[in-house]
Amino acid sequence: MNRHLLSMNDLDRQDILAILGTAESMHDVQRREVKKLPTLRGRTVVNMFFEDSTRTRSSFELAGKWLSADVINISGKGSSTSKGESLRDTVRTVAAMGVDGFVIRHGASGAPHQVSEWVDAVVINAGDGTHEHPTQALLDAYSMRQRLGDLEGRHVAIVGDLTHSRVLRSNLICLRTLGAHVTVVAPPTLMPSGIATWAKSEGFDTSYDFDAVLPTVDAVMMLRVQRERMSGGFFPTEREYTVGYGLTRERLRSLQEHTVILHPGPMNRGLEIATDAADAAQSLVLDQVSAGVAVRMSVLYHLLAGEGTVA
Amino acid sequence: MSLLIKGADLLGAGRKDLLISDGVITGIGSLKAAGMRTVDQTIDANGLVALPGLVDLHTHLREPGREDAETIASGSAAAAIGGFTAILAMANTTPVTDTAEAAERILDLGRLSGLVDVQPVGAVTKGLAGEELAELGLMARSRARVRVFSDDGRCVADARVMRRALEYIRAFGGVVSEHAQDPKLADHKACCHEGELSGRLGLPGWPSVAEEVIVARDVMLARHTGSRVHIAHVSTAGSVEVIRWAKAQGISVTAEVTPHHLMLTTDLLAGYDPTFKVNPPLRPIEDVEALRAALADGTIDAVATDHAPHARHDKEHTFDNAAFGMLGLETALSVISDVMVGSDRLDWAGVARVMSVQPARIAGLAGHGRPIAVGEPANLTLVDPSAVVTVDREASVSLSRNNPWHGRRLTGSVQATLLRGVPTVLKGALV
Repeated sequence: MNRHLLSMNDLDRQDILAILGTAESMHDVQRREVKKLPTLRGRTVVNMFFEDSTRTRSSFELAGKWLSADVINISGKGSSTSKGESLRDTVRTVAAMGVDGFVIRHGASGAPHQVSEWVDAVVINAGDGTHEHPTQALLDAYSMRQRLGDLEGRHVAIVGDLTHSRVLRSNLICLRTLGAHVTVVAPPTLMPSGIATWAKSEGFDTSYDFDAVLPTVDAVMMLRVQRERMSGGFFPTEREYTVGYGLTRERLRSLQEHTVILHPGPMNRGLEIATDAADAAQSLVLDQVSAGVAVRMSVLYHLLAGEGTVA
Repeated sequence: MSLLIKGADLLGAGRKDLLISDGVITGIGSLKAAGMRTVDQTIDANGLVALPGLVDLHTHLREPGREDAETIASGSAAAAIGGFTAILAMANTTPVTDTAEAAERILDLGRLSGLVDVQPVGAVTKGLAGEELAELGLMARSRARVRVFSDDGRCVADARVMRRALEYIRAFGGVVSEHAQDPKLADHKACCHEGELSGRLGLPGWPSVAEEVIVARDVMLARHTGSRVHIAHVSTAGSVEVIRWAKAQGISVTAEVTPHHLMLTTDLLAGYDPTFKVNPPLRPIEDVEALRAALADGTIDAVATDHAPHARHDKEHTFDNAAFGMLGLETALSVISDVMVGSDRLDWAGVARVMSVQPARIAGLAGHGRPIAVGEPANLTLVDPSAVVTVDREASVSLSRNNPWHGRRLTGSVQATLLRGVPTVLKGALV
């Protein structure tokens, strides 16, 4: 396994299965009354969140604490970066205090990659700009496997604002590595540039027609659509978006019985996902949140526990 | 003061001796046989190609305002090392070069350092704001005799402002050098060529069309006004097509390309290293090939470095927040030698054309870009065409280190530079 987790490309199939396997035992711990494991005692993890986050930051914090690491949180608004300090100075300053791991959320694509070149500590990408969000892809895979079993040959649709989604990019890599067949669905304005050649070289499909894709999928992953995209002219109105690309009540009915629904949150109910779909028995939305802590415990364990440590 | 250059290969067309007296070429031929009187200095140019001193249409010297990144003196030194005898200093300093006084100040500081002729470029609009014309006429009438105007770093986005600027400068034979970037199609965050890699990396895309629509608009404005327009740092195959068409129509358009757009490609951004962040961005190999062909066939008139020094800490941000730009003065000739001469796309006469003759003509610099002939000013560059250099950013005389060529092996290097008969560089080092 690579030293850092900057991109899902850092993990091969074996690595992913190892992380998801450990996550299962972590999930058991999570359900216990006493949740502490001594695994990372004496290790220090810094959560540096230069961008707002509720679920990712709190789940990384809980994951570190339940593994007995010393965890501190630094948020962007109060950090030196907003005073004009360079990112390099900010992270090297914190690293100089003696930190074992950095968990980094940043609004700029590539920031964790750059940080990994400036510090000796392990760097975990907790979401960088519109680039990647590897632990989200891992917890999505974990949640899908809980319901669907092995993802080899399964068909997954990823629908929504693909251009601006780091969840998309990590999931494309993760799902392909696990052998799933992916179709990405969006209006042309919300497709990343160069997606046609990208799809060809990586072996996934693209579609503008949600209804044509729906009947054959085993999982449908709805991505959040930022309302401010309308002012950018990416689509005309919310109503038109929902009619074309929302998981509406009607579309919910056309799903196969075993098909699961995912959303990384926070959801815009009524825009990209109807309340009936978000709360359906097929919905994994809360399972994803629950899996988030277990998967992040597993990632911290694999990257930060020394040789011979047992979970 | 007299100086003899022995055995230089003049533009690659044959070895001759050159006698220089008081800054002027006074003799060419086999001068030993002519019973030479004693000279003050002799340069052995055995194996070296002699070119007219190089001229750079596009540098950023950062003075006034950011003297920690570069000064007119340090930039002049980098230029001399690179074989240049004249450079144009872009207007986007602090304060902006938008008055006669500011332009004269740059001219004077250049003369003080004395290593190259530093010719100020004037801003097209006040403060580069793109709204009101700067004092174009006063800059033209000043001691600096400004003829090239540019808001470089920004596009003159308003078509009406561009039209008026082009019309106005006809009175004194000026030219607008356009930074072609439609700000609606590529805003200030755009930093990676828009394509598959920008999609994968999640970096804001800078689409080729944002350059091409401005090039197309500007050549039509040049036709409408009958004025001269120059396109700075052309980076796309589509721009080349438009310029080729415009020239065929007889429109007064000229264009430059940077060494980095002739060699470096988008894929270098995969590691998010801001050293490779430049505006316009590095493009895919298809564009690079089109630019090489256009430079060879004359569609693109000149090579210009867009030398853009930055203090280290201005590059040590996230990719989308780091400063745009890369060093270029010291390595330009080596890159052109490697990529254009090494592939037989240009001979040495062709290098002289694109790095000296045409840039001097576009800028209206009378004493530069001249033939190597008796009676001409002795602005000369001696190049070792077979020397293989490995670029070391620490060896630079620039104050900055944002050098994308670090570690690369390039064939061809500047050995000597003479400004009006006075050596500024000998054996590859400042005199």
